[in-house]
Amino acid sequence: MDIVVSRLRLALTYLFLGAMSFISVFPFLWMILGATNTSIDVVRGKVTPGTALWTNISAFFSQVDAPLIFWNSFKISIAATVLTLLVASMAGYGFEVFKSRFRERIYSGILLTLMIPFAAMMIPLFVMMGKIGLINTHLAVILPTIGSAFVIFYFRQSTKAFPSELRDAARVDGLKEWQIFLLIYVPVMRSTYAAAFIIVFMASWNNYLWPLIILQSNEMKTVTLVVSSLASAYYPDYGVVMVSAILATLPTLIIFFVMQRQFVQGMLGSVK
Amino acid sequence: MATATRGINRFYNVNGWLFVAPAVLLILAFMVYPILDSLWMSFQTGRGMMIHFGGLANIMRLFDDPMFTLALYNTLIFFIVQVPVMLTLAMVMAAVLDNPDLKFRGLIRTAIFLPCVSSLVGYSVLFKSMFVQDGLVNQVILAIGLSDHPIPWMTDPFWARMLIIIAITWRWTGYNMIFYLSAMQNIDKSIYEASRIDGVPTYGRFFFLTVPMLKPVILFTTVTSTIGTLQLFDEVRNIMTSDAGGAAGPSNSALTLSVYIYNLTFKFMPNLGYAATISYVIVLAVALLSVVQFYALRERD
Repeated sequence: MDIVVSRLRLALTYLFLGAMSFISVFPFLWMILGATNTSIDVVRGKVTPGTALWTNISAFFSQVDAPLIFWNSFKISIAATVLTLLVASMAGYGFEVFKSRFRERIYSGILLTLMIPFAAMMIPLFVMMGKIGLINTHLAVILPTIGSAFVIFYFRQSTKAFPSELRDAARVDGLKEWQIFLLIYVPVMRSTYAAAFIIVFMASWNNYLWPLIILQSNEMKTVTLVVSSLASAYYPDYGVVMVSAILATLPTLIIFFVMQRQFVQGMLGSVK
Repeated sequence: MATATRGINRFYNVNGWLFVAPAVLLILAFMVYPILDSLWMSFQTGRGMMIHFGGLANIMRLFDDPMFTLALYNTLIFFIVQVPVMLTLAMVMAAVLDNPDLKFRGLIRTAIFLPCVSSLVGYSVLFKSMFVQDGLVNQVILAIGLSDHPIPWMTDPFWARMLIIIAITWRWTGYNMIFYLSAMQNIDKSIYEASRIDGVPTYGRFFFLTVPMLKPVILFTTVTSTIGTLQLFDEVRNIMTSDAGGAAGPSNSALTLSVYIYNLTFKFMPNLGYAATISYVIVLAVALLSVVQFYALRERD
């Protein structure tokens, strides 16, 4: 009797997990299937591969300057990620290694900004960008994201594991502080950088509200904005929308499968 | 000796400032200044560039603006319904997966985590296409007999809200589950051994051992989910809004505070002061709820 109950329980567990896995993965399949079907078939819920893939791709390329849009997103994300990692890792390192009471207060203040919703900043930011002439520029997209409290926090937490003996030895050898940071800290902490890179790149690649506000002409737009505008047409061509959604998802999907461990580590980084 | 130490301290101090200066300056310019400016704006009224000091006029206006009441109501509904459902589901899945004997454990974990990889706009668009009137989801529902008529996801206020809740839950459950699972795996298993010897049943073990030990992570996920839900924008705009009409769902049933702020600022004649006032409603709600959650879930020693 016990064996039957435990077998049944195991079967139910697998059924539950199987259903959850299927629901989690299905929309990705749907996206790929949709790209091969006509818009009408997508709207009718057709779940078999169709023959419209090439039509959809060429329609997408004729409606959108795809290489330019992709390059815009890529440029913004890489620039924002590199700058964020540099600035935030310096700050995380600085707050942890050179402690002073006053800087601890500043640090607490920085953490407090994590609670401030973006909606409360976007209007003044927009007005500010207008005053300094940066509306409709990629610089305006990048600038407000560099001083990221979350990434500073992440690097400060990780710096606690950086052995102080390394720093002391380097000081004895006569290295300057910036040399210690660049030549010793950065290489030693490369897995922290890898995890942070993934998180920041993904956030930047997927950023929507701020680019929507600040980027106004078509040749400045990002992949995310294009997906959104294709799908919000009165009669959206869902085949084309699916092609654009694949393009928007592919970079983060590739990073996830190649660097799954660092990906999860980066997500968890904040609570460890 | 004393002067030498002080010299070193000052030396360190200069370096400390140099390392944190870029981040601090950027945060001052692009976060602290806008937040304070927003507060100042919230006391100003007028449209476009014709603005003047209005005192508490904007705050008064909140009380007889049915659109604001609706946005606040919708946002709170999303928060009250979605956050507990999602976190409970994440906790259950983590508890089931926290079993080393389970087969395909890594594969299942990867599958459940996969939604976190999708972009917010990308997945919103996918959901929009799956939940259209004669679309996939309604066909499945009809086929398995869950309902005898298609569900009006896009045209009925109740179902429109449900759709948003289903979508966010799909996107974020795996994310929260990973936090719970990682925390569960850090728990010393010998505690479980002891409870088994003492004859504590499995569900008792879960509620009286596992959950209390996860309190810090539960607090973290609750606060981050709260902040995320109160700021909800991308999904509503991309699932519910089309170029044809500006409404956020049927009779604006999915209008959130963030969408309303966006509409006030960038869609109609801009009313920056009033929009800033509403943004402070979100700030206050986040602060208030975070404090409440912190006290409810703090460690009692």
